[in-house]
Amino acid sequence: MKVLAIDTSNQAMSIAVLDDEKVIGEITTNIKRNHSERLMPAIDELMKDVQWQPSDLNRIVVAKGPGSYTGLRIGVTVAKTLAWTLGVELVGISSLKTLAGNCESSPHYLVPLFDARRKNIYTGLYQWQNGELIQIEDDKHISAEQWAEYLSKKEGTFELIGEDQSLFKDTFERYLMNRVYEAPLKDNLPKASVLGLLGLKEETVDAHMFTPDYLKLAEAEENWRKEHPDQLEEAYVEKI
Amino acid sequence: MSAKRNLILAVESSCDETSVAVVEDGTIVHSNIVASQIKSHMRFGGVVPEIASRHHVEQITQCIEEALTEAKVGYDDLSAVAVTQGPGLVGALLIGVNAAKAVAYAHQLPLIAVNHMAGHIYANRLVKPLVFPLLALVVSGGHTELVYMKEDGDYTIIGETRDDAAGEAYDKIGRVLGLPYPGGKKIDEMAHLGEDTYHFPRAMLKEDNYDFSFSGLKSSFINTVHNANQKGEPLNDINLAASFQASVIEVLVSKTLRAAKEYDVKQLLLAGGVAANKGLRDTFTKVMAEELPDVEMIIPPLSLCGDNAAMIGAAASIQYQKDQFTDYALNAKPGLTFN
Repeated sequence: MKVLAIDTSNQAMSIAVLDDEKVIGEITTNIKRNHSERLMPAIDELMKDVQWQPSDLNRIVVAKGPGSYTGLRIGVTVAKTLAWTLGVELVGISSLKTLAGNCESSPHYLVPLFDARRKNIYTGLYQWQNGELIQIEDDKHISAEQWAEYLSKKEGTFELIGEDQSLFKDTFERYLMNRVYEAPLKDNLPKASVLGLLGLKEETVDAHMFTPDYLKLAEAEENWRKEHPDQLEEAYVEKI
Repeated sequence: MSAKRNLILAVESSCDETSVAVVEDGTIVHSNIVASQIKSHMRFGGVVPEIASRHHVEQITQCIEEALTEAKVGYDDLSAVAVTQGPGLVGALLIGVNAAKAVAYAHQLPLIAVNHMAGHIYANRLVKPLVFPLLALVVSGGHTELVYMKEDGDYTIIGETRDDAAGEAYDKIGRVLGLPYPGGKKIDEMAHLGEDTYHFPRAMLKEDNYDFSFSGLKSSFINTVHNANQKGEPLNDINLAASFQASVIEVLVSKTLRAAKEYDVKQLLLAGGVAANKGLRDTFTKVMAEELPDVEMIIPPLSLCGDNAAMIGAAASIQYQKDQFTDYALNAKPGLTFN
């Protein structure tokens, strides 16, 4: 099975092509530049480099969030459109799980995280068990403080993963003391090769219905729902 | 050998409509799917960019599929994929741009980046062949421009709004009148029942240029309402709407007419969302017949006034003829202009 994996959920952009479990090629950059300008040229370049045609692909795997809203939408839009238009399988994998996937040999609970501003983080809890990456707690948007406090009530040791971990290290150390570890630098960036491998094992989804897991409503929507608790969600988009 | 077909899959997502169309030769609309988010944004009294972007992701591939199915064409039939590059909301534009790139890449089709305003103008080509030189009045929620075209694909802005767009002014006074967003259509309906009794100012009417201004009119309208409310005087909403609309139309029509005469154009086109305004359409038709009977007036049907992908396909067909293609580095340009 020929797989194209795409992660544009944060500043880093990573794409990879895999033939079953064999990684054929990968491009990862970590610069502050627009994903929209760079994603499709990178896919084109990588595919040319490994001499694959778009029609060779069997599955698209994409990091579906959480992360930067715009970044997620670029990756997800390209992935779902490619999958649908080529008539191939689509798989969405948590962007946090992708990071946790980096730390296969870690004995700790894995705490991947992204800064969500205002002292909040996107995070979840994962653990490698017998070569399988197991999700222990759902991905969530939560204050770093609350999350650290919650984890402190669990037994065991915790490894923080992600470029933003340095922003929250002190908070976690306050609650977890010497039970908290930092992932090695090389594991802080998402790798689409890891994403692709995780995506081989996941259920496929319907491309038309696929959207990012933002884990957070748009602010206007959140406020509106607070003010209109009785209104049922309806179809807001109509063909005219 | 048969001539190369000019069959374009066009995508538009610049604001709150996800639209995909299949257009042939810039004149034949095989399909024009429009998924409107208006019901969602009505909750907030205006378009919320983040919510618009989210809806576009939900809709985009379904709209492409419907457009292709309705047009009964496959990827092999297509000549190119076209997409609105700007102007518009950046997050919204990005969905169309990236989906269009993915389709173009997957099927190795050329990619065409289209200016949304050019799209509005070329909606007219879906009605009648364009004859140059022509003048187009583009009026929408974000724009009020007089565009002179000496040939296909050549745009010179000879006048534009210095502050609010005409459609924006409609939305704002709609809010003052307590009308649900967007207020334009309702104000148009009310205007037809009332009379111009408030005599709002006609901004820049006498000035020796083709620019517009609607913020003074808006302020005058708001002041009239506030003063009356403070003094407890009754207001006639129907006449307020009629008076507001009379000012907007008089300025738009007289300046456009003056420009059409000076530039000696063969056609006058109306374009953009506000071109759906009945008062504006009727007045233009009447005044043009009286004063410039030799200049052909084109007004798109209502379905082609609002944002839609058919107009993007119509504009793209010219770019296709001229081999104006773009590469995969194409990005959204929220502030894209003609110049």
